[in-house]
Amino acid sequence: MFTAERVADPKDYIKGETGDWEIIIGLEIHAQVASNSKLFSGSSTQYGAEPNSQVSLVDAGMPGMLPVVNEFCVEQAVKTGLGLNSKINLFSRFDRKNYFYVDLPQGYQISQFEHPIVGEGEIEVLPIDADGNTMEPVSVGIERLHLEQDAGKSVHELSPDETYVDLNRCGVALMEIVSKPDMRSPEEASAYVDKIRGIVRALGTCDGDMEKGNLRADVNVSVRKPGGDLGTRCEIKNVNSLRFIRQAINYEARRHIDIIEAGGEIDQETRLFDSVKGETRTMRSKEDAHDYRYFPDPDLLPLKLEQSFVDRIKSELPEMPDAIKARFMSDYNLSEYDARILTADKGKSDFYEVVAKDRDAKIAANWMMGDLFGALNKAGIELEDSPVSADMLGGLIDRIADKTISGKIAKDVFERMFAGEGDADTIIEKQGLKQVTDTGEIEKMVDDAIAANAAQAEKAKENPKLLGFFVGQVMKASQGKANPQAVNEILRAKLGL
Amino acid sequence: MTDLTKLTLEAALGGMDKGEFSSVELTQAHIDACAGAGKLNAFITDTHELALEQAKASDARRAKGEVGLLEGAPIGVKDLFCTEGVKTCAGSKILGDFKPTYESSVTANMKADGMVMLGKLNLDEFAMGSSNETSAYGPVINPWRKGEDLVPGGSSGGSAAAVAADLCLGATATDTGGSIRQPASFTGTVGIKPTYGRCSRWGTVAFASSLDQAGPIAKTVKDAAILLESMSGYDAKDSTSLNVEVPKWSESCGKSVKGKRIGIPKEYSIEGMPSEIQSLWDQGIAWMKDAGAEIVPITLPHTKYALPAYYVVAPAEASSNLARYDGMRYGLRVDGKDLNDTYDRTRTEGFGKEVRRRIMIGTYVLSAGYYDAYYLRAQKVRTRIVEDFENAWQTCDAILTPTAPSAPFAVGRKVNDPVQMYLNDIFTVTTNLAGLPGISVPAGLSDDGLPLGLQIIGKALDEDTVFAAASALEKAAGFTAKPNRWWK
Repeated sequence: MFTAERVADPKDYIKGETGDWEIIIGLEIHAQVASNSKLFSGSSTQYGAEPNSQVSLVDAGMPGMLPVVNEFCVEQAVKTGLGLNSKINLFSRFDRKNYFYVDLPQGYQISQFEHPIVGEGEIEVLPIDADGNTMEPVSVGIERLHLEQDAGKSVHELSPDETYVDLNRCGVALMEIVSKPDMRSPEEASAYVDKIRGIVRALGTCDGDMEKGNLRADVNVSVRKPGGDLGTRCEIKNVNSLRFIRQAINYEARRHIDIIEAGGEIDQETRLFDSVKGETRTMRSKEDAHDYRYFPDPDLLPLKLEQSFVDRIKSELPEMPDAIKARFMSDYNLSEYDARILTADKGKSDFYEVVAKDRDAKIAANWMMGDLFGALNKAGIELEDSPVSADMLGGLIDRIADKTISGKIAKDVFERMFAGEGDADTIIEKQGLKQVTDTGEIEKMVDDAIAANAAQAEKAKENPKLLGFFVGQVMKASQGKANPQAVNEILRAKLGL
Repeated sequence: MTDLTKLTLEAALGGMDKGEFSSVELTQAHIDACAGAGKLNAFITDTHELALEQAKASDARRAKGEVGLLEGAPIGVKDLFCTEGVKTCAGSKILGDFKPTYESSVTANMKADGMVMLGKLNLDEFAMGSSNETSAYGPVINPWRKGEDLVPGGSSGGSAAAVAADLCLGATATDTGGSIRQPASFTGTVGIKPTYGRCSRWGTVAFASSLDQAGPIAKTVKDAAILLESMSGYDAKDSTSLNVEVPKWSESCGKSVKGKRIGIPKEYSIEGMPSEIQSLWDQGIAWMKDAGAEIVPITLPHTKYALPAYYVVAPAEASSNLARYDGMRYGLRVDGKDLNDTYDRTRTEGFGKEVRRRIMIGTYVLSAGYYDAYYLRAQKVRTRIVEDFENAWQTCDAILTPTAPSAPFAVGRKVNDPVQMYLNDIFTVTTNLAGLPGISVPAGLSDDGLPLGLQIIGKALDEDTVFAAASALEKAAGFTAKPNRWWK
């Protein structure tokens, strides 16, 4: 039994015919452990290989085969537990979860039931509203983290009456991270998942790729009158994007309220989220629930860790996303918003630190968040595949800083860099975009402009606004390369302003 | 030439060493013996051609001076050990003609030591049984006979019968609740279950993982020691394998037991035990005393709970271990109207009655609502049993008990009474529950002239004392009786 003391912020209440309701949400996240081999066998875990090409005798459940725990996966789980501010259990144990299915060759999944490797902890989550603003931070309790094997993949679509099975995924290590039922809105839930994602990515314990299913969430939803008795929960399985998590919760909460207000009762059941229709539907009811007959796996000894092993991992932990964000705000003077965007994941914060090194931090942030993210977004490219590297973007900013090019020309250079024409210096050189800072040359252009527009030059003394006209003429003559500041100064002098 | 099949393993190895005969000759003699012993039904699969090839290769190695521990010795392998390229079916229909692409660690060790494999020995289906009557390949018949066919014990009935009938110089076996020692007792052979973790379980078809342990059945204590030396050893592929050195156990045989304290547990005098068993036990006590050992009465108070606890833990683990036989990837498959129907039909047809019974028991004791009352309670009993032995070791170095509560019985006598059948394991299950080594040594004949065994139980990893005490018993008993070769 669990309790849920915190009552939602009234703005998160859902209106029903009988008044306000609040949503109680708990999450089980399955995060695939970043590891070259599986949890109990030496098979490769590489994604996208030929079906059934990464299956050992152990994975295929051949007679007499035995599991041997992959120590690296254990280390990854401990690291993640530490990253989640959670208790590391020096004693944990693997149990068998028994059920029959074609993609489960052993007839049981090795998991941790009674004694998980990681116990309770707590993390702080910053929900973001629809406009992208941060809301009040929320504490979310971690119930546990345990290691378990993934099952294989059943493919029903290749034939109308046959099921194909790919065992490549079978036996891959997963971390199941179970939260306490501490979330009260779809935004809190998705912020929690995003937070976990950031943590495991920073730790390098899971790549966090939700599209590939390497990080997926089972969402437990129930509703109650604010602060009242807990309702019956439903579990929505395998939701694999932050947006879908929010949609699924909204749909499910509304469904519960409608049923209860119509005098009905919620059936405790497992549901699926249909992302096309944006709705959840029954997968299996409580009556169909398996009796998994958990018992300690007699093929494996209990996992006993030395405190020194945990201490060593702790001492090697990388800087965590919250710490990086705080540092960005203090060291680089970034706003909370900028720091949050730039520390959303390890890739972004690493990129930013390269760009900002020995440069104007704010300009670096603006270029990254504006031009670079805009271009990537438009092209549908991830930052790690960006055609403009951090060094290239830094090089461009350097050329603005040393006045080789103007900010305006820089936009053009950036576009060319993004299109793959080389680094800033190459493009500036090749396209002849170097800003003219030679005052003699600019003076000549100014003289020409004044000579060609003598009447306007006379009027400029009474109407200083005409300065803009002359600046335009000179810039046009220089094909945009004249240093605008120098043009301004010389024009003012020559026009006697 | 003398009948080479009458030799002990030790004598046969010595004979080859001296060049008296070759492995090919020795192997051929055993192949001929096997060919004439079809009535015993000891083998499921013969590998005679392969054996002759291995014998030839062994002779070639010996000629080059490469002599392994089992060099050129024809051995039988219980059909629970996976053997590369050779049908392995665990006495079950469900595995069909399954040919593993891999070799069990135990048989791989023996092959590396020069073993010649004669074939795969019959056994109770998935090693579940005490009479070798649950095999899908028919019962094994005990070479010892008294007017009617007798069971050889089980589950390693094929191993015990083959050794007793001189069809092989020794055999691999496995023991989950007594499956090495009880058949050894029933056939006048020696069988040892070593400390849990001595022999790797990798590549051996699992029955109950926390209890299963491989060991040999042999003609003499010394032969058992030689075989166990070869079978044992740390294996990183088995997480429960013990990373300890393998001692030269053949040197433990014949060591004096003077001053050793031999415990006699009062709880092993059970009600209704035949008087011939009690008197054999008394005889054993006298022999040990004569050999210079000190006899110490001990108490193992939780003994009476051992059998029920065993018949909860073993089926529980088995119900899960046997889930993989689902007709999807290998072995038998009986197609049904949908997936669940295919599972039902495959497993109903593929498994015999006893295996199905144990799967049902195991499933029941692990199910929600019953787990605490059965499985968890049985585990608590197990802890008590371990403590019983821990306490006993305060006052003794080894324990002497009968191996089985009866002499071999007739085929068909107990097969329909599971509880009677399960009682066969009453003296042997405790060591499996506690992970201790136990050996059965032929010690005498019943009133009907059938073999009876005594058991020595030792401390964990102290096979040294077990072998020393066993060879003292062997020497005192002077058991030379052999079944007459009625099957020829």
